[in-house]
Amino acid sequence: MPAAALSISGLKKSFDRPVVKGIELTIRPGEFYALLGPNGAGKTTILRMVAGLLKPDAGSISVLGSDALADPVAAKRRMAWVSDEPMVYDRLSPLEYLDFVAGLWQVDPARARQSAHELIDWLGLAPYANDLCGGFSKGMLQKVALAGALVHHPDLIILDEPLTGLDAGSARQVKDVLRSKTAAGVTVIMTTHILEVAERMAERIGVIADGRLIAEGTLDELRTRIGRETTLEEIFLDLVAQSSAEQGKDRQNAA
Amino acid sequence: MSLVPASLPWLAAHEFRLAWRDALAMMTGGHRVRLLGWIVGGGAVFGLMLLITWFAVRPWVEAGIRIDKQTLAAISGMGLLFWAVTLSQALEAVTRVYYGRSDLDLILSSPVSSARLFAVRAGTVLVSTTALGSLLVSPLVLSLVLQDGPRWFSTLLVILALAALSVAIAMLITRLLFQLAGPRRTRLIAQIVAGIVGAGFVIGIQAAAILSHQGFTRLSFFQSDALIAAAPGPDSVLWLPARAALGEPVPAVIMVSVSLLLLAASICLIAPSYGRLATAAAGLNHIRSRRRPARNDFRPTTQRQALRRKEFKLLQRDPWLLSQTLMQLLYLVPPALLLWVNYGSVSGDGSFIVIVPVLVMACGQLAGGLAWLAISGEDAHDLVATAPLTRSTILRAKIEAVLSIILVVMAPLLLLIGFTAWPMAIIVAICAASAAAASTAIQLWFRVTAKRSMFRRRQVASRAATLCEAFSSILWAGTGALWAGGLAWLALGPALLALGVLGLARLLAPRQA
Repeated sequence: MPAAALSISGLKKSFDRPVVKGIELTIRPGEFYALLGPNGAGKTTILRMVAGLLKPDAGSISVLGSDALADPVAAKRRMAWVSDEPMVYDRLSPLEYLDFVAGLWQVDPARARQSAHELIDWLGLAPYANDLCGGFSKGMLQKVALAGALVHHPDLIILDEPLTGLDAGSARQVKDVLRSKTAAGVTVIMTTHILEVAERMAERIGVIADGRLIAEGTLDELRTRIGRETTLEEIFLDLVAQSSAEQGKDRQNAA
Repeated sequence: MSLVPASLPWLAAHEFRLAWRDALAMMTGGHRVRLLGWIVGGGAVFGLMLLITWFAVRPWVEAGIRIDKQTLAAISGMGLLFWAVTLSQALEAVTRVYYGRSDLDLILSSPVSSARLFAVRAGTVLVSTTALGSLLVSPLVLSLVLQDGPRWFSTLLVILALAALSVAIAMLITRLLFQLAGPRRTRLIAQIVAGIVGAGFVIGIQAAAILSHQGFTRLSFFQSDALIAAAPGPDSVLWLPARAALGEPVPAVIMVSVSLLLLAASICLIAPSYGRLATAAAGLNHIRSRRRPARNDFRPTTQRQALRRKEFKLLQRDPWLLSQTLMQLLYLVPPALLLWVNYGSVSGDGSFIVIVPVLVMACGQLAGGLAWLAISGEDAHDLVATAPLTRSTILRAKIEAVLSIILVVMAPLLLLIGFTAWPMAIIVAICAASAAAASTAIQLWFRVTAKRSMFRRRQVASRAATLCEAFSSILWAGTGALWAGGLAWLALGPALLALGVLGLARLLAPRQA
């Protein structure tokens, strides 16, 4: 049996208060997984810990069989991270940016050049390939960042709100690219507030509230759980409301 | 008392509130207790300065202050140097009035008159420039007031007049640059002009002193016989600012009135175009600049090479950052000139006592700036942090980038010194390398995640780092000076102190996650 693309166990993180409270999560290779949750639920913190940008207080993270905490370099080699704020240099052109990323991931230069040009064409960036990114719109920057995440052919792509600020056309391009990647066996984990995207694209959905995974499954499994044939939006709001009510009760009991 | 919304006083009150909170945050870093430390520490420094200036001016006051040509020339010289620095500061501040974006978009999109906003912001620049100048001279003024009477308060009026004049000239220069160079280049040119005015004037006077006297004291130029002979008599109107600074109230009032009038006229002249020009400056964020496709892209490269190349490219393509960083090299001009004047003289020449510390100091400061850019000023922090390489590899590559730039800058000077006196070249190399390494280490220990555009405010992030970096550079410069002067054993003192400062920096540095 192949190793899980991502396996998280007992993950905890506190800042001034606990924000991630013992997450257990397993995502299969080639799966498109959407992580949903209200603002401040802990989604980004979880993903930043997986990407190696934050150190967990407790728990374990395994990326495609590698222990991401014990050997982060091995895990990072097979993983890409795209945040909601595009990580792009104003004074590099998209092609130079991809050249830099390929250098960091040590991609074979000939392969990197070919991939870079393919991605730039694919994402509609060809006319701007040699422009400095400084004058780009948010959507264009997000596409450059996505190209950077794909140029080193990762097996696991983690995206934090990748569609925020994109116009309909750009969002479609990004979704098409992600679909084709999952079709090719790449695992995609994405947080989004656009529930329609999660509903259409994700094979499985996880709902996080107050640092806990409160529900997980396919859309049908989630519908069964709340006992209604309804939209993901209704399911999400129901689950979050239930979770808040339970927490309120717990707090009252504790008091 | 409630102010009429959108009126001049209302906008001024808004600016004052923001400036006050900003200053408070800078001093306290969010911990109100630190304010007490600032008050106590600041009071102690002020007291010490008062004591020093008290004894410095005492013989002068006791002998009776004579207002002759020599005194007037010396005071005018000091005033000119001070004014050059004030003008440089005002130029930088006025540029920010046009290019700083924080709340400008909000205010410009409101029905408030942009001309009114400009008037308020020009006033803010005047207040901050005057406050800084007054703070610097206040121990001297207070010493004179206590020993020779309240007429010396007129010196503060001179500071106000110089500040008003500086702000007016800075506004006119900036407006002219918008007209001649357009919004795209104005910021860079204004920053360079500010640097040249600030450092260049001081350096120019120093250069004149070196060329005429083979000496290094700036004021010796203003005391030279030739200048005194050529200067007009003590009753000339040219000495009006010096007379005002020497405690004569009528010249002080004339100076303040004229300069405030000039400032008001400049505001009236420039304010109507402010909204249009600030909007044009905002539009720069959307301008794209095309580059020729690189022929050597996607070459086989190591991870460290990729990181180093990126650092070089980014620095080379950001003329504003480059000018800010390399401005420190301007201070290398006088020692280079002194070296040139004395070129060919035997080793052990006294001029090295001056050249060595200046080079070492400049090297330490340059390394600090570059290290901040490479280590903390990472615009794609997440990208580099998620790349498959260890943190130590990233840091090593960035440090290599910094040190190689320093090497490129210093190598020609070292070579030149080496031809003149090779032991001096070795001393400069050792002390400059130590100063650069110490500054880089301090920036490494105090690293934060920041945008490169925050470069100007890097000192705000940690005053401890800034002070440690400055003291370390000064101590290594002192080591170099003593060593170059043949006092190798004594040089061990500042060297050990420099290592102590480095140790202190390590202790003070926050723990990195």
